Amino acid sequence: MFNGRLDFANLDPLVTPATQPTTPHTLADAAIGQACTVSHITAPLGAPEWAAQLQDIGFLPGEHVAIMARGLPGGDPLVVRVGLSTFALRRVEAACVRVTPILLAAAVP
Amino acid sequence: MRACDAHFAGGGSAMKTSVIHFHRGGPLLALVGNPNCGKTALFNLLTGSRQKVANYAGVTVERKEGKLTTPAGKALRVLDLPGTYSLVPRSPDERVTHDVLYGRAAGEKRPDMVVCVVDATNLRRSLRLVLSVKRLGLPCVVAVNMQDLGRARGLHVDVDALALELGVPVVGTVGVKGGGDADLLALLDDASLWRRTPLSTDTKAALQLGDNSQPPQSPPPQAASTDGDHDTVRGILKRLNLDDLVPHLMSDRIDQVVLHPVLGPAILTVVLFLIFQAVFSWSVAPMDAIKALSAWAGMAVGGLLTDGWLKSLLVDGVIAGAGGVVVFLPQIIILFFFILVLEESGYLPRAAFLLDRLMGGVGLSGRSFIPLLSSFACAIPGIMATRSIANPRDRLVTIMVAPLMTCSARLPVYALLIGAFIPRRSVGWLELQGLVLFALYAAGIAGALAVAWVLKRLTAKGQTRTLMMELPNYHLPNVRNVAIGLWQRVSIFMKRVGGVILVLTIALWFLASFPAAPEGATRPAIEYSLAGTIGKALAVVFEPIGFNWQISIALVPGLAAREVAVSSLGTVYALSSTGADTAQALSPLIAQNWSLATALSLLAWYVFAPQCLSTLATVKRETGGWTMPLAMAGYLFALAYAASFITYRVALAFGAG
Repeated sequence: MFNGRLDFANLDPLVTPATQPTTPHTLADAAIGQACTVSHITAPLGAPEWAAQLQDIGFLPGEHVAIMARGLPGGDPLVVRVGLSTFALRRVEAACVRVTPILLAAAVP
Repeated sequence: MRACDAHFAGGGSAMKTSVIHFHRGGPLLALVGNPNCGKTALFNLLTGSRQKVANYAGVTVERKEGKLTTPAGKALRVLDLPGTYSLVPRSPDERVTHDVLYGRAAGEKRPDMVVCVVDATNLRRSLRLVLSVKRLGLPCVVAVNMQDLGRARGLHVDVDALALELGVPVVGTVGVKGGGDADLLALLDDASLWRRTPLSTDTKAALQLGDNSQPPQSPPPQAASTDGDHDTVRGILKRLNLDDLVPHLMSDRIDQVVLHPVLGPAILTVVLFLIFQAVFSWSVAPMDAIKALSAWAGMAVGGLLTDGWLKSLLVDGVIAGAGGVVVFLPQIIILFFFILVLEESGYLPRAAFLLDRLMGGVGLSGRSFIPLLSSFACAIPGIMATRSIANPRDRLVTIMVAPLMTCSARLPVYALLIGAFIPRRSVGWLELQGLVLFALYAAGIAGALAVAWVLKRLTAKGQTRTLMMELPNYHLPNVRNVAIGLWQRVSIFMKRVGGVILVLTIALWFLASFPAAPEGATRPAIEYSLAGTIGKALAVVFEPIGFNWQISIALVPGLAAREVAVSSLGTVYALSSTGADTAQALSPLIAQNWSLATALSLLAWYVFAPQCLSTLATVKRETGGWTMPLAMAGYLFALAYAASFITYRVALAFGAG
């Protein structure tokens, strides 16, 4: 629950954590407790309706998001904080949420 | 009310469009809000006990209507619409809210006023919904709920400033506190609020399209304005100084334990286990009291009447039959009490989260957990609750396995058999009887998982399914909400006792009493009756699994409602007895007459057997045809027969004959 990064490091082909350990591209790759903001929502080809669904429940550009916990086994599903709400999302659902880490954004002038 | 409301109601298939308003007259007020915004708590506060629960016409989404009177004496009807995140429906539940607000729901009048309930601790999401509701052109009031929780977290909502920003009246309410609704009630007396504003062109277009020509999937036009709403809400919150994010720290702390990968499942197991122990151990005293009362009533009525068919009907049919079912009321109350408390506290979705992987392994999602848990009380509300599952395949599989969850109607049968055949003794710190009950529940769950797994192998190719389930903040359960929920469940159960169960019990008494035994008969009269003949014919089928003809008779009325099997056994055995032992309770009677193997076989039968016609009727309505209910009945019968056969033969081999 508190150290979930190891379990799924190679699952998302878009991100290679070995080279970019602090810049998750999607919410699914964020570390537990890492504050991020939503940049935009993508949807898998098989389920285009997910984008609107995620926006309905609050995953909108600029909102603050963070992973609160990961389920066992396999770190799936995730407990996600968005704004003030808490949602249970599958990894594949969280992977639709493109995020920017807050600390990183602040460090870059 | 517009003249065309009724016209829109006819949209769709050949559904019945009968009007289903419970309370005559009065304008209709609809409560709209996000899930978990305290909407139902506010509804309970507004209407108190003056509410009725039923279904929306044509669909099985639960419909709650109540009545309230404003301080000025105006009588209003209040509708508690299913919670929704937006006005674009994603599930059958949300579709009802959408249809009612657009005046398209079958048999439903378009509301005269909408109360948007918003959660003070989560204004961003709530206010987006308010903006979409406002565009509908219905008179609209915003009630800021959970202000006490907001204040505790340092959020001070200035309702007047918010009203200026939104352009609609805003009042503060605390949905759980007496008097928390006073401002809202006072506001409803303002006649100027009830005038409908002119519709925007978009909305008008959406409303005009509400006939058969519009496919139900197409989103209404305002879907496009979500992004704009998001910016508007952010602007409002910024100006009101409410854009800080103050999370509910207590909930986070509890979640660290409750959702812990190791502790979480352990806690869930303990919680479920304690519930089942409580159902058995807390209910002893009230059950004894009801038994004594029913025996006393039988004696009293029997003493007043002379021997004859009327006395037999009242004492053996009505009192023995109904008494045999009412006695399980305490257990049903205890089970529902725990389900309601877990629901109110916010724990249930956490349990669904913990079980998501397990359910995923058999092709279901964590979302199926809540319908399946409700099925422990009764499969019908459980099957109705599947309406919140968006994926059609998942929904169908959940419906198919829901009857395997041990419903409370099976509890009387289990309780009778366990009470008669399983000794009351302790195993360590546990009770053996509670342990057997737990095993029966576990058998049902295992059966459901196995069936779902098989269905997954057959049907789940290339499916994507969503979880996206909110984990609301923890709340202390509110006494009023639990009490109202409990009262609704109890009255549904008692209506069943008074209605279908009583009728069937009386019908069975007739079958079991006529034709009367011939002159000089040596055996009990029931053996010569119609029921005896039917039972003996059925016993040929059920003999290999150890059922005698008395059990076989009882299974027939048990088709209508499982618990009737108990009252039927009561009637059958009361009529079988030859005088002196008539007053004897059922439990020792069957303990003498049946072998342990028969009892275990009947228990196994009840874990799987499809014995409730109302469940099959609900499945037919939900799936729109006879294929699914027939498939369900077929596979459940096969499972039940196989399970009983194995149980009976194994028990015989171990010398339990």
